[in-house]
Amino acid sequence: MQYMLIMTEYDTEIAKRDNPAEAPAYWGGWNAFVGAMAQAGIVVNGDGLQPPHTATTVRIRDGKRIVQDGPFADAKEQLGGYFIIEVPDLDTALDWAARSPAAANGSVEVRPVMPPMKPPGA
Amino acid sequence: MDDARAAAERVARASYGRLLALLAARSRDISASEDALAEAFVSALRTWPERGVPANPDAWLFTAARNRMLNAYRHSAHALSVTEDLARRCEGAPTHDDAIPDERLKLMFVCAHPAIHEDVRTPLMLQTVLGLDAARIASAFLVAPATMAQRLVRAKAKIKDARIRFEPPDEASLPERLDDVLSAIYVAFGTAWDDAVGFEGAKALSQEAIFLGRVVAALAPSEPEALGLLALMLYCEARRPARRSPDGAFVPLHQQESRLWAAETIAEAEALLTAAAAHGRFGRFQCEAAIQSVHIQTPVTGRTNHAALRLLYEMLLRYRPSVGAFVGYAAVLTDAGTPKDGLAILDQLDPHTVEHHQPFWVARAASLKALGQKEGAAQALAHALRLTESEALRAFLRSQADAP
Repeated sequence: MQYMLIMTEYDTEIAKRDNPAEAPAYWGGWNAFVGAMAQAGIVVNGDGLQPPHTATTVRIRDGKRIVQDGPFADAKEQLGGYFIIEVPDLDTALDWAARSPAAANGSVEVRPVMPPMKPPGA
Repeated sequence: MDDARAAAERVARASYGRLLALLAARSRDISASEDALAEAFVSALRTWPERGVPANPDAWLFTAARNRMLNAYRHSAHALSVTEDLARRCEGAPTHDDAIPDERLKLMFVCAHPAIHEDVRTPLMLQTVLGLDAARIASAFLVAPATMAQRLVRAKAKIKDARIRFEPPDEASLPERLDDVLSAIYVAFGTAWDDAVGFEGAKALSQEAIFLGRVVAALAPSEPEALGLLALMLYCEARRPARRSPDGAFVPLHQQESRLWAAETIAEAEALLTAAAAHGRFGRFQCEAAIQSVHIQTPVTGRTNHAALRLLYEMLLRYRPSVGAFVGYAAVLTDAGTPKDGLAILDQLDPHTVEHHQPFWVARAASLKALGQKEGAAQALAHALRLTESEALRAFLRSQADAP
């Protein structure tokens, strides 16, 4: 079963990426986590995302395209990245989520990925 | 015909939870298992009268339900791989009673999973493991039946769709997961104790709750609260034979004939409570068991130890400030000759919450009566009567109204 681990981090945490004093520890934590998942052979896909200031949001309202600077929600916790992992059950997915740096410095939402649907008429 | 019907009903009562747990542990789909099992019971009622009751009714029902579930999956929008996966997990029907593993505890831990909303964990256990219906559970939890039904459906969908693991928790997460399991068992026992399901039905349900309590205590012998809960239930169960007079009337605790109490059961409860205490981690269930232990001493010493009861209730309120605990505390204060304090405790409770809580109105009537407020006491008692289903208990409450 595939689960998406949606990593949100405190904005202060994401800011560490650009702080020369804190960046090595920040990336060290993520590298260790990603390395452990890779070793377990469970990663289907996954990426870190560039910081929230690079985000652009688009909506169609009354047939008009509205483009806005910034992420969809202005909050203390921001989307920092995601992983899709293949594990037997939710409990295993939660165990991996709990090991990520985001669990301690933000939060991780765990969602099952929709299974492939039967093709129409099958 | 009647024999087959009676046999089906007997199996339904005795084996519902066991069969459902077996099906759910394999399919991980509680709703589909419930539907399939219900259909299997219907089909048993149709075929058993014609062909006779099978040698092993449980195995017959399991096989019938499993086949129905597989058929339902084949004809639904589920991907082929999902159906094949289910078929593989369901292979091998048990053919002897002793070959049917008891997976109820597994199911209980799934229901008490932290990924399931707190409000619905206990109701879910009652419905799946003990087969109580949503309306009954709703009344025990003081919510509307439709609300409860919706919560249950949503929780089952989460278990299936997010694929929560059907295995007992590891040792590290056992204590927190255990508390929800113990609470569910206690609620079922309480339902039985209140005779909400009729006196005979209550006996069966309380046996079931005690059985589940024994299973948990055996699984987690180093968890004092598991022992505490079992002790609590056994203290109450020991008094069951004395709760009714020969003509079926309700007999309150302080008028019960203690020689009718089951001495062996009391001894077992005492031993469990002592064993629990040895772990040095006190908790809610040990506290409630200790309260029952005080009550059971009353006929021996000839007087109720009000001081001990007060202290224990004050401790209980620290562990679990529930409506039931406040009402129990108020009743003790009234019995101990301080009805004014008892009434003050009752008056603090949220009127909305206690409106349908029968023990609240009984306790309120008692404290008002002790304070000489006859009219208020009569009103509270009338309210309590409207909330009392058991005829024996109603008769007893009415006699209280007439007593001086």
